[in-house]
Amino acid sequence: MNIIVCIKQVPGTTQVKIDPQTNSLVRQGTKNIINPFDSYALEEGVHLKERFGGKVTALSMGPPQAEEILREAIACGADQAFLVSDRLLGGSDTLATSYTLSRAIRKIADFDLVICGRQTADGDTGQVGPELAETMGLPFVAYVNKIEEVGAGQIRLQRMVEDGYEVIETSLPAMISVVKEINVPRLPSLRGLARAKSAAVIVWTAADIEADMSRIGLNGSATKVIKIFFPNRERRGEKLQGCMEEQVETLVQKLRESRVV
Amino acid sequence: MESNGYQGVWTFAEQRNGKLKRVSYEILARGRELADTLGTELTAVCFGHNISEVDQLIAHGADKVYLIDDPALAVNQEDLCAGELARLIRENKPEILLAGATSLGRAFIPRVAAILQTGLTADCTGLDIDAGKKLLLQTRPTFGGNMMATIICKDKRPQMATVRPRVFKKKAPDANRKGQIIKVDFKKEAVTSRTRLLNFVENITESIKLEDADIIVSGGRGLGKPENFKLIEELAEALGAAVGSSRPPVDEGWIPYSHQVGQTGKTVCPKLYFACGISGAVQHLAGMQSSEMIIAINSDPDAPIFDVATYGIVGDLFQVVPLLINKLKCE
Ligand SMILES: Cc1cc2nc3c(=O)[nH]c(=O)nc-3n(C[C@H](O)[C@H](O)[C@H](O)COP(=O)(O)OP(=O)(O)OC[C@H]3O[C@@H](n4cnc5c(N)ncnc54)[C@H](O)[C@@H]3O)c2cc1C
Ligand SMILES: Nc1ncnc2c1ncn2[C@@H]1O[C@H](COP(=O)(O)O)[C@@H](O)[C@H]1O
Repeated sequence: MNIIVCIKQVPGTTQVKIDPQTNSLVRQGTKNIINPFDSYALEEGVHLKERFGGKVTALSMGPPQAEEILREAIACGADQAFLVSDRLLGGSDTLATSYTLSRAIRKIADFDLVICGRQTADGDTGQVGPELAETMGLPFVAYVNKIEEVGAGQIRLQRMVEDGYEVIETSLPAMISVVKEINVPRLPSLRGLARAKSAAVIVWTAADIEADMSRIGLNGSATKVIKIFFPNRERRGEKLQGCMEEQVETLVQKLRESRVV
Repeated sequence: MESNGYQGVWTFAEQRNGKLKRVSYEILARGRELADTLGTELTAVCFGHNISEVDQLIAHGADKVYLIDDPALAVNQEDLCAGELARLIRENKPEILLAGATSLGRAFIPRVAAILQTGLTADCTGLDIDAGKKLLLQTRPTFGGNMMATIICKDKRPQMATVRPRVFKKKAPDANRKGQIIKVDFKKEAVTSRTRLLNFVENITESIKLEDADIIVSGGRGLGKPENFKLIEELAEALGAAVGSSRPPVDEGWIPYSHQVGQTGKTVCPKLYFACGISGAVQHLAGMQSSEMIIAINSDPDAPIFDVATYGIVGDLFQVVPLLINKLKCE
């Protein structure tokens, strides 16, 4: 079973600041990490490889330093890693990103399953997975919390919905997105760390993956962010006074007045 | 698709087991306002089998309903839904499409956007029209709820957005509203589904659903251990409320995921929300801050939850909650 795992490098914190001059995000001083949800995708890939054989390929699109998370993926059990990196890819929205990743996956070619995380911590859309699946013409199952069985050309999974979970069967090749309930990601092994040091992360440009230049980066993006701002949080904040009994008394009185209770 | 000749606002009316979801009415309410601002029609698209109360879509604001009723759509088949919705959009060219940011909506609407090669904004909490340019202004939380971003889709059509449940208010129905229900044939041969639903296992938990509850009592890490959720349940019972949770108790396995409120859990908007032993991290606030009244019980006077709480009690929840239960019960 050959598996491709899509991982993205994201800022290690979501505590971002806005530069009032440029109205853009200030991300300096924060360490970059593998998108937390993608570590579950990676773990599931490595776990499936251990059960059924095959290889795990980690794939990312991003700036050159995204190579770090791909090395980390190798340390955690991925067999090979590709980074699509090119200035022309800047400003990609989910449509352009999913197209770019689809070109890279076409070039990798040999796979049965593509796994992605449920969403990123920065972009936070959860759209790249399903858009990528559609672009590749693959069946897609979102929010997988368990892989029950892998058979000949078939896979049976559980996926979370609002009020429970569904058991779904789909043909392979396919694509899934996973939630954190699916596994507990392992830490890199010593052997893995040694391998990660010497392993080559292959970097591809937009030309290498024969991307249609009108479908990548800003050109290929249908959406545009026109404004970024801090949420306008309604400050209410009345702390009740008195001893505990009095406070509870006041609270119950307020609740009665509101007629909700 | 380029923007020429696209007109009208569409909403995807999601159903489950033949029953329309609440969010379907919420986006219809906002869709109506957007359509009026643009001076155009509002259309609801509904897929399923034996759906009850389709006429309610008209009563809640739609001028037109495209209905595909077919046994193959009795369960929400994402492959089929994506293919059919894309086909209807190609044929009818709406300028805007809204859908609920539910587990179905967030999984299959992106595929529709990919088929049509247009833009899509996830999980919106604000929708407005730029009157001059007639563009949809789509506002959504990003960076884990720390920031808001306003996004446009300038050239491609339709402009598509998924909308977070419980953000817009459902309107009272008007049974006198006139509208047209158009039955559309399901083009079975055009799309095949490669995924099959074998089984559905419902979470057997509380009797009152979180999303529908008027009152929610939530517990956080401050509870300390799983047994202590009993206290939360007791308070919920005294109030006729549903039980919610922040993420740590879910991660620790004290309570199932379906109770989680927040960025990666449910968005709720009850009349009354109790946060007991919850610090008020942005990811939690993202799921509950629009509640009408918020009560915080926390031993740390500096906990951020007190900033959004209508009323706060600084104190040990193991002392406060039993007092509160007592007081409520003896009245
Ligand atoms: C990508 C991402 C997504 C996330 N999604 C969610 C989400 O959907 N929902 C969510 O809730 N979180 C989410 N989180 C986690 C979030 O950042 C916080 O870690 C979480 O909300 C904290 O939960 P808490 O308030 O229960 O715990 P803590 O922050 O540990 O707070 C516990 C509080 O209990 C108080 N306390 C302790 N003992 C007592 C006592 N005896 N009496 C009264 N008060 C007491 C403490 O003073 C403290 O304020 C997410 C995080 C990330 C990175
Ligand atoms: N630049 C990227 N490189 C690799 N994978 C990505 C990239 N962006 C998104 N993904 C994958 O798509 C998922 C959803 O991302 P998003 O739509 O940005 O929330 C992530 O969890 C990743 O698995």
